[in-house]
Amino acid sequence: MSKPVQARFNRRQTLQTMGLGLIASLPLLATGTRAQAANSDITFDELYGKVSVLGLEFSEKVKQLNGRKIAMRGFMAPPLKAEAQFFVLTEIPMSICPFCSTDSDWPDNIVVVYLGEKQTFTQPSQTIEVRGKLEMGSWTDPETGFVSLLRIRQAEYATV
Amino acid sequence: MRKILAALVATTVLAGAAQAAEVFPLDRATILSGSPFDFKVEFDAVVKPEDVKITVNGQDYKAALGGQVEFIAEEKNKDKVLGSAVILRGVTIANAGDYKVEVSAGSETRNVSWNVYGTPDQAKAKNVIFLIADGLSVAHRTAARIMSKGMTEGKANGRLNMDDVPPVAFIGTSATDAVATDSANTMSAYMTGHKTAVNAIGVYADRTPASLDDPKVENIAEALRRQTKKSIGIVSTSELQDATPAAVVAHTRKRGDKADINGMLFDVKPEVLLGGGSAYFLPQSTAGSKRKDDKDFIKLFQDAGYKLATSKGELATVAGDNDGKILGLFHTGNLDTTLDREFLKKGTVGKFPEQPGLVEMTKVALDTLSKNPEGFFLMVEAANVDKMSHPLDWDRAVVDTIEFDQAIGVAREFAAKNPDTLIVVTGDHTHGVSIIGTVDDEKPGTDMREKVGTYAEAGFPNYEDTNGDGYPDRVDVSRRLFLNANNGPDHYETFRPKLDGPFAPAIQNEKKEYVANEQYKDVPGAVFVPGIIPKSADSGVHAVDDVVLQAEGPGAEGFRGYMEQSDVYKGLAEAFALGAKQTN
Ligand SMILES: [Zn+2]
Repeated sequence: MSKPVQARFNRRQTLQTMGLGLIASLPLLATGTRAQAANSDITFDELYGKVSVLGLEFSEKVKQLNGRKIAMRGFMAPPLKAEAQFFVLTEIPMSICPFCSTDSDWPDNIVVVYLGEKQTFTQPSQTIEVRGKLEMGSWTDPETGFVSLLRIRQAEYATV
Repeated sequence: MRKILAALVATTVLAGAAQAAEVFPLDRATILSGSPFDFKVEFDAVVKPEDVKITVNGQDYKAALGGQVEFIAEEKNKDKVLGSAVILRGVTIANAGDYKVEVSAGSETRNVSWNVYGTPDQAKAKNVIFLIADGLSVAHRTAARIMSKGMTEGKANGRLNMDDVPPVAFIGTSATDAVATDSANTMSAYMTGHKTAVNAIGVYADRTPASLDDPKVENIAEALRRQTKKSIGIVSTSELQDATPAAVVAHTRKRGDKADINGMLFDVKPEVLLGGGSAYFLPQSTAGSKRKDDKDFIKLFQDAGYKLATSKGELATVAGDNDGKILGLFHTGNLDTTLDREFLKKGTVGKFPEQPGLVEMTKVALDTLSKNPEGFFLMVEAANVDKMSHPLDWDRAVVDTIEFDQAIGVAREFAAKNPDTLIVVTGDHTHGVSIIGTVDDEKPGTDMREKVGTYAEAGFPNYEDTNGDGYPDRVDVSRRLFLNANNGPDHYETFRPKLDGPFAPAIQNEKKEYVANEQYKDVPGAVFVPGIIPKSADSGVHAVDDVVLQAEGPGAEGFRGYMEQSDVYKGLAEAFALGAKQTN
C-alpha cells in the first residue's frame, strides 16, 4: 500500500481545483505555522501504543492531541447515507462494504469524521487530508448507532 | 416471486384460495425426533384467533405439538401490517414418521409435510471430527496437491491427507430463498438438519424485521447437551462469531449479529474454543471492542473455568495445564492466512505476530477433548480458503488448503489410534474457480497474457518443497499454477502472487460501485478484467456447484450419493445416536 509521500497540503489550490465554494477561513498552513502543523499531524500507524487480543491502547500521541486541532491523511469510506453527518476515514481504500454486507467488519483503526460544513465526497482511491479537533473515547452516533473510539470533529478535508 | 413459488409447491392449494399462509418448519423439513423447534404460521391477512385451524396428522396442533400458543394479531414491518401469526416455541415430536400439517384461517390454507426421523439407540461413533474448509472447491484440492507434492509426467508426486479419505457424497448447498448460498445457511444445514435462508443460522427466516425472533431449530451442540455428556470443540481461523463456527451453537436471522452470537457461544459453552474474534469478547469500554454493552466475556469464560490463551506460546502452556476447558483467542478479527503468518509476514501479522495455525489448534483441541471418556464433537474450520477466494487471491486460498490438509492429517492420526472416531471432510459451498494451466515467466516477451500456458504449453509448475514441510518454499516460482474465477468485480489480473498482502481487487466509490483497484494497474503486464456481476459486488461470489463430502470411520456409511446439505445432519445424528438419551 503506497503511503502518500509528499504533496504537502495546499489548501487554497486544492479547494480551487475541487471547485468548492468553501471559505478558506483557517490558513493553518501559513508559512510560519508549518512546523507547528507537522507536530499535530497524526498517522494511522501512530494511533495505538499497544495492540493485543485483549484490547488496544491509544498512543501517548493520541492522548496528547485529544481535544486539539490535528491533521490526518487517509481514505474516505463511502458514506453510510448520502446525508450522514459523518464519514469513516480509513488507512487504505475500503475493498469491502461493512455497511452493505451483514458479515463485513470495519478495520480496527478507523477514525470517524464529523464535518463542520457539508462537503462533496471524493473518489475512494483519493488520499485526503482531514483537519479538525481530535476526540478520543467511545461515542455512539445518535442517528445511526455507529460506535467510534476516535473522531475528528468540526472537520474539513481536501484531496492531497 | 417467493410467494408465487410457495403457492406452486404447496402440496395442496385449495381452488379459489387467494392467499396462502407460510408454515415453519417449511414443507419437506426433516426433523430429528425429540429435538425442540419453534413452530410458526404466518398468515397473509389479519385473521381472528378463533378462525385459526391447525392440525398435525388430523390432531389439533396444541395437543400434537404441546407448547404455549402465542397468537400475534398483527405482525408489522415498521408501520406496514404483515398479517397475523401463530407461534409455538420449543415444541417436540417424539415419534418418527411422516407428519402432515394442515393450516387454515379465513380464505388462507396451507398444507406442509414433515419427516421426523429417529436414530438407532446405540451410537456408532464415540467421537466426530467435522473438518470443513470454507468455500472448498475441487480446484483448491487439485492446486493444493500440485503445489504441495508436485507432479511428474501427469502423475502427482505425492498424496494429500484428504486424498485418502473416501469421497462419499455430493452435497447440494442451495438456500431456502435462493439457488445461491452463503456460509450461514450452509453450515446451519449441516449443524441442524434444516435448510434456511442466506445469512440465517439455526432458524427459519420469518418475515418480521427482528433478527433474533425467527423460529429456531435445534443445533448439534444443543442436541449433544440434551442427549449426551460429550464435549464440544470449535476451532477456526476466522472470528469465532463468523458464520461457520457460529452455526454450531447460534440462532439468528442475521449472521452479522456477532455480539449476540458471542453470547450464544457462552450459553452453550463448548469446552474448547480456539480462533479469532476477541473484539466481541471485550466490553465496549475497551478499545478494540466491537460490543455495544459492558459484558466482559473473557472474564465470564474464565469464571466458568476456562483457561485463556492469547498467543501460540500461551496455547502450548494451557494445553498442558487445563481442566478440560480452553478459550484461545488469537486475533481481534480473523486470523491471518498461512502464507502471511508463516512465510510473508504480511496482512496483520505485524500486529498479531503470535497467532497459532489450524494444525496446532486442532492438536490442542483433540488432546483436550479426548480426555472426556464420553467422547466429543469437534468442528475444525479452515476459514481463509473462502476469505481469500473472494478477493481472487488464489495463492493464499491454496496455501490455506494445504494447512487444512495438515489438520486433516492430525485428525486421521487421532482416528488411527481411536477407531471409534468418525471423520467428515467437506466444504460448505464452492467458489467459481478453476485451474487452466500455468503462468511461465520464461516465455518470451513482456505481455503476461502470452505467458499463460494452456494445453501442452502449460508444462508442469516448478514449485519446490526442499524442507519437506508440505508447503512450497515459494509461491512466486517462475512457472506457477494459473487459477481463475468465472466471476468477479472489475479488477486487474497481475498473473502473479500478491507478496505484499492479500489481494484487494476492487474498491468502492461514492456511488457504492466497486471499481478496479488502481493499486495493481501498474504491475508489469497487468490486464484489466471487466466484472461480470453487479457493480455492488466487492469480490468473487460463491458458486452453486455441489460440494464433495468425504467420510471415514464408524457412521461414514450414513453419507452416500447426492445429499441435500441438511441430510448430512441426519448422518451425524445417527453416528452419535442423537435420537436416544445417553445420560443416566
Ligand atoms: Zn464466502
